[in-house]
Amino acid sequence: MAEYLVLIYSNEESWAGTDEAFSTKIMDGHNKFGEKHGASLRGGNALEPSMTATSVRTDASGKSVTTDGPFAETKEAIGGYYVVEAADLDAATAIAKDIPAPFGGIEVRPIRDMS
Amino acid sequence: MARRRAIDVGRRRDVAVKSQRFLVTGDVDAGPITADDGFEDDRLRLIFTCCHPSLAADTQVALALRMLCGLSTAEVAKAFLVKESAMAARLTRAKKKIVLARIPYRVPARAELRGRIDAVLLVIHLLFTTGHTAPVGKNLSQVDLVERALDLARMLHNLLPDDAEVTSLLALILLTDSRRGSRVGSGGEFRALADQDRSKWHRDSIDEGLALVGESIRRGRPGRFTLMAAIAAVHSSASHWDETDWTEIVGLYDLLLDAWPSPVVALNRAVALSFAEGPSVGLAALEELSAEPQLSTYPYLAAARGDCLERLERFTEAREAFEEAALLTENHVERDFLRLRISQLN
Repeated sequence: MAEYLVLIYSNEESWAGTDEAFSTKIMDGHNKFGEKHGASLRGGNALEPSMTATSVRTDASGKSVTTDGPFAETKEAIGGYYVVEAADLDAATAIAKDIPAPFGGIEVRPIRDMS
Repeated sequence: MARRRAIDVGRRRDVAVKSQRFLVTGDVDAGPITADDGFEDDRLRLIFTCCHPSLAADTQVALALRMLCGLSTAEVAKAFLVKESAMAARLTRAKKKIVLARIPYRVPARAELRGRIDAVLLVIHLLFTTGHTAPVGKNLSQVDLVERALDLARMLHNLLPDDAEVTSLLALILLTDSRRGSRVGSGGEFRALADQDRSKWHRDSIDEGLALVGESIRRGRPGRFTLMAAIAAVHSSASHWDETDWTEIVGLYDLLLDAWPSPVVALNRAVALSFAEGPSVGLAALEELSAEPQLSTYPYLAAARGDCLERLERFTEAREAFEEAALLTENHVERDFLRLRISQLN
């Protein structure tokens, strides 16, 4: 078995235009996803919007520089994640397909085995 | 030569075994290998792994040629018309991804099979064309690659007997390979389609191929492999070069260009056009393709231009075109044929 980090990307502007009923529907989707795949889930969370992000880089002189905003400015930002345990990429992808991801999509990344 | 080929086949088989081992590197538990459908052929599993949708389409084909067939990186690069260093980098990235992301080593379940088949068809076809005319070396063809492609096409056809494109790929390979015995003369020299002794064409392969094409065409709107097989069938049905129905072939190339817009298809269409409507029409169509970057190192464009120019009796230009083609091809049998044509221009 291996672990995969499943990143949920979405366009935050599109999200901003939705009403509460829509949010409830998506939350419902996540609950159903959790019930269906609970045995494979090793973690997961929703994130505050990317405007709350802070990035820290080391500049040429070796000094830490803190800046406002996510590391990469893209139209779709990470809005949440799951950690999934699966036998292989096909199994992980099959699980990821059940995640509600309006205005964006899902990225499946293998977690490096450090053992 | 037979011995050399045996060694070659042995070497390629080793590559397939090593590749499989590589795919389960460090973990025997790399994923459930389904045993439900009985398609337990290792090569088929390997080809589906190489053609996994999580790999870029071009990479899938390249990887399969490298891992499944033991082609060298240089040969794969040639088949793709790209630089060897670029191909080497692409293959390394792909192999890393297979291991790190655990792309499974198995034939997909029936439900997903349809969506996974296109990439596999492409790989088997490229494998066949690479064997049919070797990109580099002393021999015109590499029979072991041709036979491996034929085996895979048959296996896939057994797996999906109702898929028109699968059926057509098998037909295309059978029809094209039926000419194997007549493509090289007694002295090892290349014989173009126009000069082949058609009585030497392999009748059983033609009969089987024609029956399969007929079956595919009846299934409705033809896809690219059905159109290519139909073109091969027109050639197979002509008992002499002079009886070739070039108008039919151009019509099929028009449909093919729609289904599969590619400069190589456009080049073949231009050649057919030169026989249907004359060399000046063909030459005009070929010249439109001269700006295609993908064809800039492709010997067949220059060779086709040379052929049209020769038929137009523009011998000096024909010589230049054939010389360019001879410079670009790395297949010795093809190069000798081009030199022969140059010497016959006088």
